[in-house]
Amino acid sequence: MQTVKMVVTGPFNAGKTEFIRSVSEIDVVSTERKISSEAEKIKDTTTVAMDFGRITVDDDLVLYLFGTPGQKRFDFMWEILSEGMLGFIVVVDSTRPETFREARSILETFRAYAPTPYVVAANKQDRLDAWEMDDMRHALRLDQKTKLLPCVATNKEKVKSVLLELLYSILAEMEAGGS
Amino acid sequence: MALKGNLRDFTITQLLNLINLAHKTGTLIVEGPSEVARVAFREGKLAYVQIGQEDNSLAAVLQRNNKINQAQYRVLKTRAAQMSDKELGLLLINAGYVTQEDVLSSLQSYAINVVRRLYTWVEGFFRFDNDQVSPEEKITVRIDLENLIIEGSRQLREWEQLQEEIPSLEMALKFTDRPGANLRNINLSVEEWRVVSYINPKNSIRQIARVTKMNDLEIRRVVYSLLQAGLIEIIRPEGMPIPVGVRAFPTQNKEEQKSLVNRLISRIRSL
Repeated sequence: MQTVKMVVTGPFNAGKTEFIRSVSEIDVVSTERKISSEAEKIKDTTTVAMDFGRITVDDDLVLYLFGTPGQKRFDFMWEILSEGMLGFIVVVDSTRPETFREARSILETFRAYAPTPYVVAANKQDRLDAWEMDDMRHALRLDQKTKLLPCVATNKEKVKSVLLELLYSILAEMEAGGS
Repeated sequence: MALKGNLRDFTITQLLNLINLAHKTGTLIVEGPSEVARVAFREGKLAYVQIGQEDNSLAAVLQRNNKINQAQYRVLKTRAAQMSDKELGLLLINAGYVTQEDVLSSLQSYAINVVRRLYTWVEGFFRFDNDQVSPEEKITVRIDLENLIIEGSRQLREWEQLQEEIPSLEMALKFTDRPGANLRNINLSVEEWRVVSYINPKNSIRQIARVTKMNDLEIRRVVYSLLQAGLIEIIRPEGMPIPVGVRAFPTQNKEEQKSLVNRLISRIRSL
């Protein structure tokens, strides 16, 4: 059995767990705990180790999706999770501009770990207070070549298109001789 | 859709940059610690400012820029109280008290000064209202934001660049193996000497910062200058496990790799 993996990363409460849950064929192995820090109590629980989803491609190939811990103090996990990834997805909450800088920093950190293709998923685009895509691109300082994709992590079709765009980027890079 | 947030997370400079790049028209309302500022833009250019209860009438702006004196200002405030800024401007120009250039340069100078004051606001909320434009009776200016952004972003940029150059403070430092380099012949600052004295593959940058009582910005600044001078290099601290190089693909054959990605694409499409 061959296995490949992708990493789903992003700031705290960006929607990484939901993203994986939407497409995983198994219940996401989520290691969530109640949040202890008052400052981070936007939601009741957060991922402290990693989320783990699976998509079986065929008898011989399985794709694993790993979600990184949301809280900054678990960032020592990132490098371990990034080893051997095909590519990564940075999930950003479109309604929380206060997390954009952190998202940018996470993106740079993962780029430093491994020069693999990546896409940025602008999550919660169904919300009224979501930032516009163009504004987000400017705020995240993404150049036009970087794929910034509208996303709703609870919507399977939206999540699928994000995954597909990442795979297209991987394929394009391979064809260009980058991989 | 909403363009709003907190200044702690999204600085004035970043907002100006966004407005400039997106050629936005509307009003940025910033609720600072003690007052509210309204900064209007037209197609990404600064057009009009109002901060707190400060008198931003044409008469007040001209007086602040010494285009009219205090006595003239008082007369205008009483006798021309019912006139709009546009009407007053025309009157003053036609009467030969000021030139059109005086009016425009004074308003520009005032608007730029207000934006500079906003740079000091690090606490507060902002929102951008697309539907709100500058008041009809006011004279608007048209100021490119580039210079303002450059000025305001200098410090922010330094911090961001340093973070990109030195993303992790958990790494250690070692002197480069340059036979010709002799530290005694290099002019280092006091801060650089303090850091240099702790450079050792066993000490992480964070540990050095702690000992030398430097914050993250200061230690990054010093390490960056030493890196740029070619004196040191960043290494993994002694004792830190080196990650096993796991390959992304289970095969090294390029065609098989492409086939694998295509299989993934087909599978995800069919989900």
